[in-house]
Amino acid sequence: MADSVKDKVIAIIAEQAVLEPGDVTLDATLADLGIDSLGLVESIFAIEEAFDIQVPFNANEPDQSDFDISSVAAIIAAVEGLVAEQTGG
Amino acid sequence: MRRVVITGQGTINALGQNVPDTLDAMREGRCGITELELRDVDRLSIKIGGQVKNYDPEALFNRQQIALYDRFTQFTLIAAHQALDGCGLSFAGELATRSGVVLGTAGGGVNTWDENYRSVYEEGKNRVHPFVVPKLMNNAAASHVSMEWNLKGPSFSVATACASSNHAMGLAFQLIRGGAADVMVTGGSEAMLSFGGIKAWEGLRVMSKDACRPFSANRNGMVQGEGAAVFVFEEYEHARKRGAQILAEVVGFAMTSDAADIVMPSKQGAARTIAGALKDARLNPQDVCYINAHGTGTAANDKVECAAVADAFGHHADDLMISSTKSMHGHLIGGTGAVELLACIMALRDGIIAPTIGYEEPDPECALDVVPNVAREAVVEACLSNAFAFGGFNAVIALRRAP
Repeated sequence: MADSVKDKVIAIIAEQAVLEPGDVTLDATLADLGIDSLGLVESIFAIEEAFDIQVPFNANEPDQSDFDISSVAAIIAAVEGLVAEQTGG
Repeated sequence: MRRVVITGQGTINALGQNVPDTLDAMREGRCGITELELRDVDRLSIKIGGQVKNYDPEALFNRQQIALYDRFTQFTLIAAHQALDGCGLSFAGELATRSGVVLGTAGGGVNTWDENYRSVYEEGKNRVHPFVVPKLMNNAAASHVSMEWNLKGPSFSVATACASSNHAMGLAFQLIRGGAADVMVTGGSEAMLSFGGIKAWEGLRVMSKDACRPFSANRNGMVQGEGAAVFVFEEYEHARKRGAQILAEVVGFAMTSDAADIVMPSKQGAARTIAGALKDARLNPQDVCYINAHGTGTAANDKVECAAVADAFGHHADDLMISSTKSMHGHLIGGTGAVELLACIMALRDGIIAPTIGYEEPDPECALDVVPNVAREAVVEACLSNAFAFGGFNAVIALRRAP
């Protein structure tokens, strides 16, 4: 399941960045990929829809959010955590 | 050049259902933001707002009127009655044709849209009330004001998101100054606190779940409000000859477009608009003692606005006061500039500067005198009211003490 979360998140980010999924590396930041604040909000919406989860994110304080967006890998880990919470482990 | 003065004012908003109550609340730094009471609030993640409470439309309007008046129109008519009933003008003959109404609203009849979409989509009904269209249209409020007071001159509604009211009032000012009208009823209204109206804002992820804290380092977003404010703008000689009570003079207006981003504000755009309003008003920067800020409480707006004020005013930025009353009444979107003009008039008439409440931590990126938490006394000769809308449309009004 972990792989499918990773693949889906990468696909969402790639679509937002207008890149091929293969070009989205795990250590990249969203800024590296050319995703701005609007793109970020849209990506989070797409993630919520894809996994049927609620992502705690406020654009006014992105750094203070429980949802780590510092890199692609961090986003994948955060989504995995939320999906696990949702399914009860 | 023809001069323009304000000879009437009225309001209903989360702080009060008339001008004196609203100004008392602003003076005391009272917060009108409360837990929202509306259908399906449990399905919202944002549950607070500057909602008008203890409000019973049936006590104020009859059944036929309610069939035609969306909540934003009701608010407008309540504020317009206060502004016009005591101002001594009656609109007949030539004055009727020389008088008009221009009002701002971003969403118009949002509650009417919401209720009727529910009815056809959720409840599966195939029929809606015959007056849905005239009830929800953005110009409904302005049209009902024109009919109620027989205003037959230039009349229309303005929708430029959060700058709607400032654009409306700026245009009303220009219509009188330019000679197209002698009296303009102006201001704005918004009633977007419905399930759909809040859900849409939630999507942007810029809303606070707990409070609106403009300029404070720990601010975490905006809080929606609702209500209306309506003013009577009048040509100065016309007002003087009839011995009208003059509340303030409208001396300048500027509007610009950033032509840049659909949601992010621009320092250059904001600064250019502020400078434009000063120039239009023939004011020197040091004449301005108070600015009613756009001050939404979002990370982006507040720092950009402070930088723009610093740019436009230079050293004088450190000597002026700038406060955001949205901390108390919330962000009335298309009606916000109108309610905020009340704070400007209070500063000029009563020498009281409404505070920015909820201020907890200084932000080095908002290093101006934001009048934190407590109102202040000051002699104010001139002031500005800022509005910077989504879509990059900016509108700034300059007022001066009554001549």
